[in-house]
Amino acid sequence: MTAQDHSATGPARAEAGTGRHKLGRRVLPYAMLSPAVIVTLAIVFFPMLQTAWMSLHEYVLFRPDDFTFIGFENFVTAFNDEVFWISLWHTIIWIGITIPAQVLLGLVTALLLNQEFPWRPVARALIIIPWALPSVVIALMWVWIYDSNYGVLNDFLLRLGLIEQAVPWLANPDTALGAIILTLTWQGFPFFAVMILAGLQSIPKSYYEAASLDGASTWQQFRYITLPGISGVLVTSVLLRTIWVANSFDVIFVMTGGGPGYATYTLPLYAFVKARTNLDFGYGSALAVLFTMLLMVIVLLYLRRTGKAVE
Amino acid sequence: MMALGKRSLRRRLLTVDLPMALVLVFTLGPYLWMFVTSVTPESRLFTEGPSLVQATIDNYTRLFRTVGFGDNLLDSFIVAAGTVVVGLSLSVTAAYSFSRFSFRGKRVLMLQFLLINMFPLVLLILPLFVVMRILGLLDTHFALIIANSTIAIPFSVWMMVSYMNGIPRSLDEAAMTDGCTRLGALRRVVLPLCVPGIIATGIYIFITSWNEYLYALTLGGQDVRTITVAVQTLIGEYEVQWGLLTAGGIVGAMPATVLFLLVQKRLISGLTQGAVKG
Repeated sequence: MTAQDHSATGPARAEAGTGRHKLGRRVLPYAMLSPAVIVTLAIVFFPMLQTAWMSLHEYVLFRPDDFTFIGFENFVTAFNDEVFWISLWHTIIWIGITIPAQVLLGLVTALLLNQEFPWRPVARALIIIPWALPSVVIALMWVWIYDSNYGVLNDFLLRLGLIEQAVPWLANPDTALGAIILTLTWQGFPFFAVMILAGLQSIPKSYYEAASLDGASTWQQFRYITLPGISGVLVTSVLLRTIWVANSFDVIFVMTGGGPGYATYTLPLYAFVKARTNLDFGYGSALAVLFTMLLMVIVLLYLRRTGKAVE
Repeated sequence: MMALGKRSLRRRLLTVDLPMALVLVFTLGPYLWMFVTSVTPESRLFTEGPSLVQATIDNYTRLFRTVGFGDNLLDSFIVAAGTVVVGLSLSVTAAYSFSRFSFRGKRVLMLQFLLINMFPLVLLILPLFVVMRILGLLDTHFALIIANSTIAIPFSVWMMVSYMNGIPRSLDEAAMTDGCTRLGALRRVVLPLCVPGIIATGIYIFITSWNEYLYALTLGGQDVRTITVAVQTLIGEYEVQWGLLTAGGIVGAMPATVLFLLVQKRLISGLTQGAVKG
């Protein structure tokens, strides 16, 4: 999504116009932009500032008149809050495992989809289905799969003899986070498959022909042609996907609500639960602000890449 | 070549078709399992397990008769359609401006729209709840449309810019030489050519709004309960009635899945374009 500069010849032509025309030309772009900009200022930037403002206050919703300025006290509380550190650690594991797993599975799928086989169009259309499903439905069907009494996963593993008795995947603190990571991997790998496939198809076939004439093995071709060819797509989609995965705590919220105990608490979930269940909007906002600041590192990396493309 | 044919076919089956089939089983398995569960009679589900034997649509009729899923579908439709209208109408002129003019602050403004999509939802959901509560808009379609627009507007601006960049600038100029104003050129020349792009963008917005859950849960309530919230409520109310629950899941996912399969080709080329170039 790049925006080329189409109006290189524009200003020169405008010189010939009258003064009023000139002014119109200068104002028109902004006038056409203003509805979208004003609305986003009102519904995105204003609420964001409000979150920052709330995070500096003691603000519990069932005491609406009590809106006391307390500076950074909420943030100090967070750093002394054991649950904050648990959630932060889970956030790192959650993103740190989900994204590489999605990339690997996506890469394998993309390489397969890039081969010639008769039912390729069908496979390519079907592979994306998980991506289009509502996260609530995804959570629902995986809760059913993981069910400790009737779930198909336990049934399957018992028959294969891999486990001796049914495991309550989501109720066991040791397996809950892993089970959720598998679900999220399932949900997100099609995105990588599609992105990487687009990257693969942009590599000229002649490179491979030349390489195989020179006697390069399949592995060498992969290592020296394919990987460099898709590295740009890979980096961009990893950054983009990290931002999205970090946002998608709804699957976790529906599957476990953060439990058992704090076993599947992640930072955005913690912030949301604090506000929703405890109605503590001051502390919840502070957690949201902290999470956003962590995520900003990745966002800035992404913007730097895309910013170049916009030029 | 002919002699090699058989061996290479077997090789292809082993190295391409078989692994691809396994990936597809992993991808579609959970969905199909949910479907099979939803058509299994409740009495058989916990004795025999899900199966297509004696398949029934009981769970689906119950869903609409006793649980009242029809109203939830309507709520979701109003919210999603409303978001499409807001998102598209605000983004068309903005996208035209980005695509056709160069002006001071263009880069910052464009990145601004990109940046909005990157902010964590949890950062916006708390203040939106507080504001909607003060304005008395909680539990209305309007509140949900506004909340979904925070995602829809920036997304459709970016999509529309990339579509409009594909339409030659010379067409606008020709229209203006013939006496059209800028806006006239946009309306009569560029917009008609953008229709496929507008449809794809609109459908994408529809799907994301339809699938949205956290805003719907926080800003909705008794009167406005979208299908995603309804499905989640089912989990709480009918805890072990998996036939009913999975039927709810299938119904909730159906519109988005069908729409997505219809436009996936165009949509994906639009979405991947940026990444490949970037």
